[in-house]
Amino acid sequence: MTQEYTISLFTENNIGILSRITLILTRRQINIESITASASAVSGVQMLTMVVRTTPDLVDKVARQIEKLVDVIKVFVHTSSEIICQEIALYKVTTKGLMSGSMIGDIVRKHHARILEVTPEYIVVEKSGTRPEITELLSVLEPCGLLQFVSSGRVAITRQVKELNAYLREMDEAEKSRSREAEIYN
Amino acid sequence: MLPMSALPTAVQCARFYNEEKSMKETEKSVSNMQQGPDNKTMTGAEALLLSLIEEGVDTIFGYPGGTIMPVYDKLLDYSDRLHHILARHEQGAAHAAQAYAMVTGRTGVCFATSGPGATNLVTGIANAYLDSIPMVFITAQVVSGLIGTDAFQETDILGISMPVTKWNAQVKKPEEIPGVLARAFYIARSGRPGPVLVDIAKDAQVDSLEFSYRRCTYIRSYNPVKPLNMRDIQSAAVLINHAEKPLILAGHGVILAGAVDELKEFAEKTGIPVAVTLLGIPAFDHSHRLFAGMVGMHGNYAPNVLTNSADLIIAIGMRFDDRVTGNLKKYAPEARIIHIEIDKAEINKNVRVDLEVNNDAREVLTALLPLVNEKTMQAWIREFRILDHVENEKVIRPETVPGEGELRMGEVVKAVSDMTPDDTVVVTDVGQQQMAVARYFNFSGKNSLVTSGGMGTMGFGLPAALGAATGSEGRTVVAFIGDGGMQMTMQELGTIMQYRIPVKIIILNNSFLGMVRQWQEMFFNKRYASTELVNPDFVTLASAYRIPALSVSDRSKLGPAVKTMLETDGPFLLEAKVSREANILPMVEPGASVADVTLIYEQKS
Repeated sequence: MTQEYTISLFTENNIGILSRITLILTRRQINIESITASASAVSGVQMLTMVVRTTPDLVDKVARQIEKLVDVIKVFVHTSSEIICQEIALYKVTTKGLMSGSMIGDIVRKHHARILEVTPEYIVVEKSGTRPEITELLSVLEPCGLLQFVSSGRVAITRQVKELNAYLREMDEAEKSRSREAEIYN
Repeated sequence: MLPMSALPTAVQCARFYNEEKSMKETEKSVSNMQQGPDNKTMTGAEALLLSLIEEGVDTIFGYPGGTIMPVYDKLLDYSDRLHHILARHEQGAAHAAQAYAMVTGRTGVCFATSGPGATNLVTGIANAYLDSIPMVFITAQVVSGLIGTDAFQETDILGISMPVTKWNAQVKKPEEIPGVLARAFYIARSGRPGPVLVDIAKDAQVDSLEFSYRRCTYIRSYNPVKPLNMRDIQSAAVLINHAEKPLILAGHGVILAGAVDELKEFAEKTGIPVAVTLLGIPAFDHSHRLFAGMVGMHGNYAPNVLTNSADLIIAIGMRFDDRVTGNLKKYAPEARIIHIEIDKAEINKNVRVDLEVNNDAREVLTALLPLVNEKTMQAWIREFRILDHVENEKVIRPETVPGEGELRMGEVVKAVSDMTPDDTVVVTDVGQQQMAVARYFNFSGKNSLVTSGGMGTMGFGLPAALGAATGSEGRTVVAFIGDGGMQMTMQELGTIMQYRIPVKIIILNNSFLGMVRQWQEMFFNKRYASTELVNPDFVTLASAYRIPALSVSDRSKLGPAVKTMLETDGPFLLEAKVSREANILPMVEPGASVADVTLIYEQKS
């Protein structure tokens, strides 16, 4: 059974690492439904969040293969219940269509959206939320003369307690104790 | 946990320490060099060569060309410390460097120019990747300002090699060279070894830098050495101590970890029979009472069949390749599986395991040894011997001692095996001769076997033979090559001639692409589509390269011919004309269970 997984991973900020990651997924014919790259809380460490649909068995295998890459620090695989995630969407709608019947205020309030720009020709609305919430607003705005719609990939925060910083500290400490041992034995 | 340098050395491991030793020596010489007040200013090309020397490299295989000329020019100045072997094709250089790495335990180094030079390496890189060989490939690239413009002889070798390298990087500035090289060597040889590629723009070779070198020992995002998890070790010991029909499957990882002696000790204490994979063949003495044979498609009868009777499989440094497991649904149904493997991504990839021990084979075996009980398993071993007897009567004896009829591959392999020393380096190409060697060469536990396992690269044999011989002075090197594979990389006879490399080439000539023909016979109604070869006269060919040669087709002349070959100094080519349509058996047919072995093939009518 395929299921939606959010793979979040931390990498060194090196050129080419994204290619190596996507190669592993394309080899297994896993489609990336969304992908977001950003800086993480640790300086010099990039965070990638990918959404894929695949089987539990396969997601585990590709996660191990991704984590094996030299520049990848840590990989986490989550099902939807294990994360808090958001996407952001922008909607460009004709002013004429939206102003008729003065529904704009209702829509914005009801969907927790906000207006970014108003011109005589168009209005830009911003909404952040989950994919169903964004799609719902889309269906409301479509009849009003939608000119453009764009949404981001998923950004996700995990519910786990242990943070990346702790892993990095562990790695550095393990390395230090290794080099200490090496000195003793040499 | 013990650091590498504190662990005991052993005959088979010794070669893996040569590198460390030579590293220490270079460290000393370098610290002497660095006593000067300033770092030396030099070109990127010179810095590259000095970086190699710092890493203990003394032999390079390669092929020059436009963009790598600054490096080759400097190579002349360092010819006392860096021996360069000029191959006849970049693929040949790559295979030779791999074989050199396999016999020495050191990191293989290979040079090629940009564009076609780089793309010609790709087969060699992929071959090294699938067989986990530590290698550093250096390719040159067009000047940095032209990268991305489809300049003359520009290819995106980083992009091309990405799926088949452990790591790769491009250098555009000379000052990056020492740091990138240090990383490259550290990554190539640590953890599960593998090939890395460094692509150096021509201007980075020509421009200057202040050279200083620091070996890389740590990369934050890369943790090849993990602490031993003693809980896993204890669980493994419990499973092992309670098993009644355990079987060890030893793979290439045993050799890469230098765990040959540890494996022997472990097997002898526990009394557990040892089966090997193709690349694991040299890890165990084939005359040992606990040796169970090779597993897999053309493996031995007993270990294949009894895989499915075993109640415990201890897989060490192997990855359950489909050629080993046959039909996964019918694989080892009775057994719990312990997987001792350094690469976590290999665990649970093909076979679901009951206990994963994600660490180096030698560390794990050393930790396990005191925890396991001393045992003998006579009844279980007897099951192997009974099946061995069947295989011997039906397959091995007719193949190795046929008495009459045409020459068989098996008897040629056996003749060479009988007449060569225990530490002979055995090289093969891919196909029927490879399987004949795997089955009929009597490996002593001191041999090296240089063969293309995961990739199955035809044409690997001849260049690998010259690379192996370059790295194993004083040892006999024999290479078994089919008539098909020989003609894929035959140009390397030129390299053998130029450097007088003392390889003994045995062509097992059946005038067919034998393994494909066998499959056509068995699975395609004997329709021999494009597998019959019209061959050159190999003896005349050898003579064009001034390599002494003999051809035999007569059984009575085989022994004397092998003797002549082995007694002749320098290279020698022996062509054995063998039965044209012989099959390699037994066989686990594609899709079949390992317990369902075809011992004798009869043409279905």
